[in-house]
Amino acid sequence: MKKVTERLKRHAEHGKRWVIAVPTLWLMLFFALPFLIVLKIAFAESAIAIPPYTQLLTMADDAFDLHVYFGNFIFLTEDALYLTAYLNSLKMAAISTFLCLLIGYPMAYHIARAKPSTQTVLLLLILLPSWTSFLIRIYAWIGILKSNGILNNTLMWLGVVDQPLAILNTNVAVYIGIVYAYLPFMILPLYANLVKHDHSLIEASQDLGARWLQSFWRITFPLSRNGIIAGCMLVFIPVVGEYVIPELLGGTNSIVIGKVLWQEFFNNRDWPLASSLALIMLLLLMLPIHFFRKYQEKEWEEGK
Amino acid sequence: MKQPIRFSSVMFWFGMAFLYLPMLSLVIYSFNSSRLVTVWAGWSTKWYGELFRDEGLMAAVWRSLEVAFWSANTAVCLGVLASVALTRFGRFRGRSMLHSLVAAPLVMPDVIIGLSLLLMFVSMTDVLGWPQERGLFTIWIAHATFGTAYATVVISSRLKELDRSFVEAAMDLGAAPVKAFVQITLPIIMPALVSAWLLAFTLSLDDVVIASFVSGPGATTLPIEVFSSVRLGVSPKINALATLIILIVSLVTLVAWWLSRRKLKRDKLVRS
Amino acid sequence: MIEPSLSRDGVDGHFLQIRSIVKTYDDVVAVNDVSLDIAKGDIFALLGASGSGKSTLLRMLAGFETPNSGKIILDGEDIVSLAPYRRPINMMFQSYALFPHMTVEQNIAYGLKQDRMPKAMIADKVVQMLRLVHMEKYAKRKPEQLSGGQRQRVALARSLAKSPKLLLLDEPMGALDKKLRNRMQLEVVDIIESVGVTCVMVTHDQEEAMTMANRIAIMEEGSIVQSGTPRDIYEAPNSLQAAEFIGSMNLFRGAITVDAQDHAVIDSDEINNQLYVSYGVTTAIEDKHVVFAVRPEKTLISRDQPQGEYNWCRGVVHDIAYLGGHSVYHIRLNNGKILYSFMVNSDRFADQPTWEEQVYVYWSDDSGLVLRP
Repeated sequence: MKKVTERLKRHAEHGKRWVIAVPTLWLMLFFALPFLIVLKIAFAESAIAIPPYTQLLTMADDAFDLHVYFGNFIFLTEDALYLTAYLNSLKMAAISTFLCLLIGYPMAYHIARAKPSTQTVLLLLILLPSWTSFLIRIYAWIGILKSNGILNNTLMWLGVVDQPLAILNTNVAVYIGIVYAYLPFMILPLYANLVKHDHSLIEASQDLGARWLQSFWRITFPLSRNGIIAGCMLVFIPVVGEYVIPELLGGTNSIVIGKVLWQEFFNNRDWPLASSLALIMLLLLMLPIHFFRKYQEKEWEEGK
Repeated sequence: MKQPIRFSSVMFWFGMAFLYLPMLSLVIYSFNSSRLVTVWAGWSTKWYGELFRDEGLMAAVWRSLEVAFWSANTAVCLGVLASVALTRFGRFRGRSMLHSLVAAPLVMPDVIIGLSLLLMFVSMTDVLGWPQERGLFTIWIAHATFGTAYATVVISSRLKELDRSFVEAAMDLGAAPVKAFVQITLPIIMPALVSAWLLAFTLSLDDVVIASFVSGPGATTLPIEVFSSVRLGVSPKINALATLIILIVSLVTLVAWWLSRRKLKRDKLVRS
Repeated sequence: MIEPSLSRDGVDGHFLQIRSIVKTYDDVVAVNDVSLDIAKGDIFALLGASGSGKSTLLRMLAGFETPNSGKIILDGEDIVSLAPYRRPINMMFQSYALFPHMTVEQNIAYGLKQDRMPKAMIADKVVQMLRLVHMEKYAKRKPEQLSGGQRQRVALARSLAKSPKLLLLDEPMGALDKKLRNRMQLEVVDIIESVGVTCVMVTHDQEEAMTMANRIAIMEEGSIVQSGTPRDIYEAPNSLQAAEFIGSMNLFRGAITVDAQDHAVIDSDEINNQLYVSYGVTTAIEDKHVVFAVRPEKTLISRDQPQGEYNWCRGVVHDIAYLGGHSVYHIRLNNGKILYSFMVNSDRFADQPTWEEQVYVYWSDDSGLVLRP
């Protein structure tokens, strides 16, 4: 009897190990390990070959030859283009995160205050656009923002302007596109947080004579800190590396790191340089990602 | 209390207009007979005809659906395993690592994921001779990978709030753990599995950046096709495609919402 | 309901024996060396506050937790190493845990299917179970289409379907409102008794334990304080903890002055007269400190001074809680101590003492109890 249960227990332990191992190994292999390869190739030299870079380790005369090349990083510091691209990307991400928060917070607040049955509908309405194609929704803005597009035609018809505004291919268009595409990512965590709040807290503070803005500022806003952090990280981090929106809506002068990396990789076929660009971006994002992960884990444990 | 509600309501409906007007414009202009998107030249459905006649685009649609289907399947399977590990096993070695591996893809910029995966595949081919060529297979791996992260978030949040006594009751009645999981837990969390699957599916259907990196010659997916045609400017065919996508997504959402509401109402009615 | 304290243990032998069970979580001792004997056909209640270890003990019986040490012997077999799905034990969960995606019928059949019982037999058994709990009409319903009481009946039927050797009830009335609770308590007991299954239940509600169980064990901080019939526990608590846990008690701290074969006399600073009990108390000479306890319903109130020198005191009516059937008088003694006394309202408009009136509280010699502090 004892033997049987022992075997069963071992069996169960074995099964558990598989449940953990399969997803961990998959994500290790196809998500974590590739970063090491990026690291490796960032220190290789571009070459006209397949694949187009030199090997870090080569076998020559029965001895390993380690060839580490720092040229990519030196090159990145020499050309002001790259520094500008990084700074532009960070600025773009910061401003659009702020705009998303500004628009998303009241929206999330409105949903969280609605009747529970209405909440579902409103959430679905927020989510529905993001289930349709992201690419196509960005594309829609081209038709709207063009010099002879819907917006300009409307404004001119209304007589607000007499010359079409140049919006497409400017940073304004990029901001519109980013806020448009990432707004749901801000609203969802904010809503999830705000809906948990005890509304009586605010009512209590109003009973105590606090004005609405005061009670919002002192109670609701600090309480929703976790939601704000989650939403901001969910917008900020991916936007730093955004490629599609600046490519479609921005002009040639909106230089961001996603675009530069893409061009180095696809147009110049300089894989090592693209890798070093990615590596630096990764280093820049390390802190916010760590922040996000910690927050995620906290949220995860809280519900238990 | 009235005042602030009104302010947030205004902001909400303003935001909704912001979200929906562009989509509305796509729908309207897809029925425009003129090639020039901004000039209205009367109703027409000819762009839909042209869309369906565009064999390259249609082939890309099928390829994308195929990749999305398999990516979503894989993502849900891996997501279920990861969620079970994260929510049911308590503390174990490597838990924190699994957490990071699941959380990081949610925010990692596409260009980084795409580039690193491509370099990974190239190195693998170099060392192992596999995968021999890049195409739908490598896109499937890439999409399954980030799909797994999203699926895990959806599934584990449902698993976390699921009353453990369901599984305990099943075991109490004689079902071994795996059986209890399959017969009781899985059916109960089925709605979460479906939404995780749909999320992974739409994410895969939507991805252009990662697919561009890891795909090979001849394996263009729909987003890659759309992207290259959109880069050249506005095309009414894409409007027609967009309208169809919006229509399908709206219908699926509406049906799902209606079904869940009907069930809720019926249960209430029966109980009272 | 209440049986004489002579239990059936002697006849049937111990059907369920819990032997020195210990369970710790990290550094916290949840169950500390618990041993219990439960006879066949008993409805045994583990009564305790939350965190007393009663639920952990129940979960160890079900097999969801493994004890660090100790034995659980059911019908002659040690089941500690058996997985929950191999134990001949079924449980009714506090939340009922009815499978929401299955009908009432399917829920009841689930356990039988696990045993690979033939389909026809399963169908028969399900019908039988539905009849037992009077739910024949609801066989095709889903759990969310049932009321609280109906859900409980289904849960009970499901846990009885496999004819378990032992039935576990986890806070059986926890999910019901008060009115329904009283009805279901009796209904559940009727069903359990008609099946004749041995049952261990966990509850924090003493009234529930006393109504439903024929034996009760009080748990506190992981240990059994006392076990016995409801009457034993109420009338003869063996410790201060047990006395305070069930019902209310008037307590006087004091020391034994006379310790004879058939009676004892206690001196207490908290009352002006001496206290007398009509049974001998074995005390150690070096420790004469005891607590004298008397239940409020065993005391009487009068306007006239009682005769004798023991077991009475004078005070004024401090408060009266009129509860319909009886009133609870709060009597304040000279030293400020409050005594509780019940007065049965047998007359509709009797001339009863009222606020601030001077009264005497007294009780008979065999009403009091001597407990160790």
